[in-house]
Amino acid sequence: MKQFIFADQLYKTYRLDGNAEVHALRGVSLQVGKGEFVAIMGPSGSGKSTFMNLLGCLDTPTRGRLFLEQVEISSLTPIQLAEIRNKKIGFVFQNFNLLPRTSALENVELPLLYSRASATQRRERSREALARVGLQERMHNLSNQLSGGEQQRVAIARALVNNPSIILADEPTGNLDTQTSGEIMSILGDLNTISGITIILVTHEFDIARYAKRQVHFRDGKIISDQ
Amino acid sequence: MEILATIRIALRAILRNKLRSLLTVLGVVIGVCAVITMVNMGSGAQLSIEKAISGLGTNLLIIFPGSMTKGGMRAGFGSVTTLTDQDAQAIREECPGVQLVTPVVSTAAQVVYQNQNWGTSILGTDPDFQLIKNWPLEKGEFFTAQDVKAAAKVCVIGKTVVEKLFGGQNPVGHIIRVKRVPFRVRGVLTEKGQTSFGQDQDDTVVVPYTTAQKRLVGITYLSMVMASAVSMDRMSDAQAQIGDLLRQRHHIQKGTDDDFTVRNLADLTATFTIITGILTLLLGSIASISLVVGGIGIMNIMLVSVTERTREIGIRMAVGAKPADILMQFLLEAVLLSLIGGGVGILIGIILTATIEYITGWTTPVSFFAIVVSFLFSAGVGIFFGLYPARKASRMNPIEALRYE
Repeated sequence: MKQFIFADQLYKTYRLDGNAEVHALRGVSLQVGKGEFVAIMGPSGSGKSTFMNLLGCLDTPTRGRLFLEQVEISSLTPIQLAEIRNKKIGFVFQNFNLLPRTSALENVELPLLYSRASATQRRERSREALARVGLQERMHNLSNQLSGGEQQRVAIARALVNNPSIILADEPTGNLDTQTSGEIMSILGDLNTISGITIILVTHEFDIARYAKRQVHFRDGKIISDQ
Repeated sequence: MEILATIRIALRAILRNKLRSLLTVLGVVIGVCAVITMVNMGSGAQLSIEKAISGLGTNLLIIFPGSMTKGGMRAGFGSVTTLTDQDAQAIREECPGVQLVTPVVSTAAQVVYQNQNWGTSILGTDPDFQLIKNWPLEKGEFFTAQDVKAAAKVCVIGKTVVEKLFGGQNPVGHIIRVKRVPFRVRGVLTEKGQTSFGQDQDDTVVVPYTTAQKRLVGITYLSMVMASAVSMDRMSDAQAQIGDLLRQRHHIQKGTDDDFTVRNLADLTATFTIITGILTLLLGSIASISLVVGGIGIMNIMLVSVTERTREIGIRMAVGAKPADILMQFLLEAVLLSLIGGGVGILIGIILTATIEYITGWTTPVSFFAIVVSFLFSAGVGIFFGLYPARKASRMNPIEALRYE
């Protein structure tokens, strides 16, 4: 299996206002191959969100190295990180994080706006992405007129639109009911099996983690199990 | 990110909070409007002064006798008796740069018609006076060269005098008395209004200068000589020629003071142009302070807006917006705000200028320069005051921005 994600002894230390140090990650090493569907589990404060932020190029580790498709992202500049977020990574958040009072289509277009795609290209690819999550009928609705499940589907379409190699889903079903959660998870599952996109899923629900083929457990900034 | 899409995003953000945007922009609107109105009014004042001065006469040169030094004491203008009719004659004949010359004897006197009397200025001249002063008659006719030669007791009178002595009557042909001397009114001058110094030009009685010399004042010299140059650009030529001629005629040695002064109205115009120019600059710069205040208003609202939209900034960063993209977005929003303010301000400024033009009767040309400058200035205000909030937005940490509630 080709090394797709390679984390080597990652440490992340935050300094709080009172000068107290919080060791969010204490030496995490992990390898993920291309096309894997990994669930990261653990209680709150276990460091799983910090690890996701590092994977998502939103933050850089205090110590250790992190590779994404053989590129060491732990030493990139903010501009280079932004480019990787734009081209290679798609985010799906617990609270959807759509732009309010903006249509579904325009929300999906957002990443293309920053990769300098032409207006017609933006429109076309966004329609396609919305069709893939079954929302083409509602693309002109404003994001706040959509139900939670629909909003999360828009978020997935937005994650997909730039053909990323990896989707990072941080508690994607945390704000949804069981049935809608199932729908969202099956969409993610299809993306993994049919399109071969690597998916890293953070969750604390075992029902949701079952959709993944591999579960990694975090506790106190370390990986305690990987199966 | 492409500029067109950025502009669309910025415009949408502005339109989303219409009332807030309106209030924000108001400061810039008032600033730009004030700058434009002040500058236009300044140039309007300048024009009206120029008009008033040119109304004094075309290409006018005035030769005053005077400033003779007597034992160290320098008397003022008119205190000497050296300027004569012959001088006027010589200027007319010998200065090629001079077109028309008229001798002037001025005094003040009480004029009487029946039971009405009125104190006014008496101007003794010759028929060229009305050409030099560019002052046509409304009724009747001017006295002739023959009248001047004969020192005839005839006059033409200004509108104010007509009003005071005759009321609504036509004065032509009637007799008025000036210092007990009867003068027949030959004509009425058209209304000329006030000089820019507030002097009523229509409050005058014009008589042949010979008559004024002999009958009214009892002198043989002149109060002054008015001359007109052949053209505007030969003014200084004419001035020099008159100076040379009079120095020669009055036997003035090199190195001593002239006993006459040649005044050129172009100099006066230039002085006033400088004064109004300074005034315009002053008013314009005071007005531009309000533009800066408007800019601070924009900065204030942009800072609030950046904080409010922290989540949006986080989302944009997460999907790949670079710090420069965020910077551009907020900077453009600030610049658009101030440009909208500038545009509206220019429009209102033009309307206000037209209103002032209507009320004061000045001609106030809309200064294209002021429009361009204030438009660019408001863009500059947008950039200057938008930069700090935009930088603040672009330096946000994406994780914290995403978590912001």
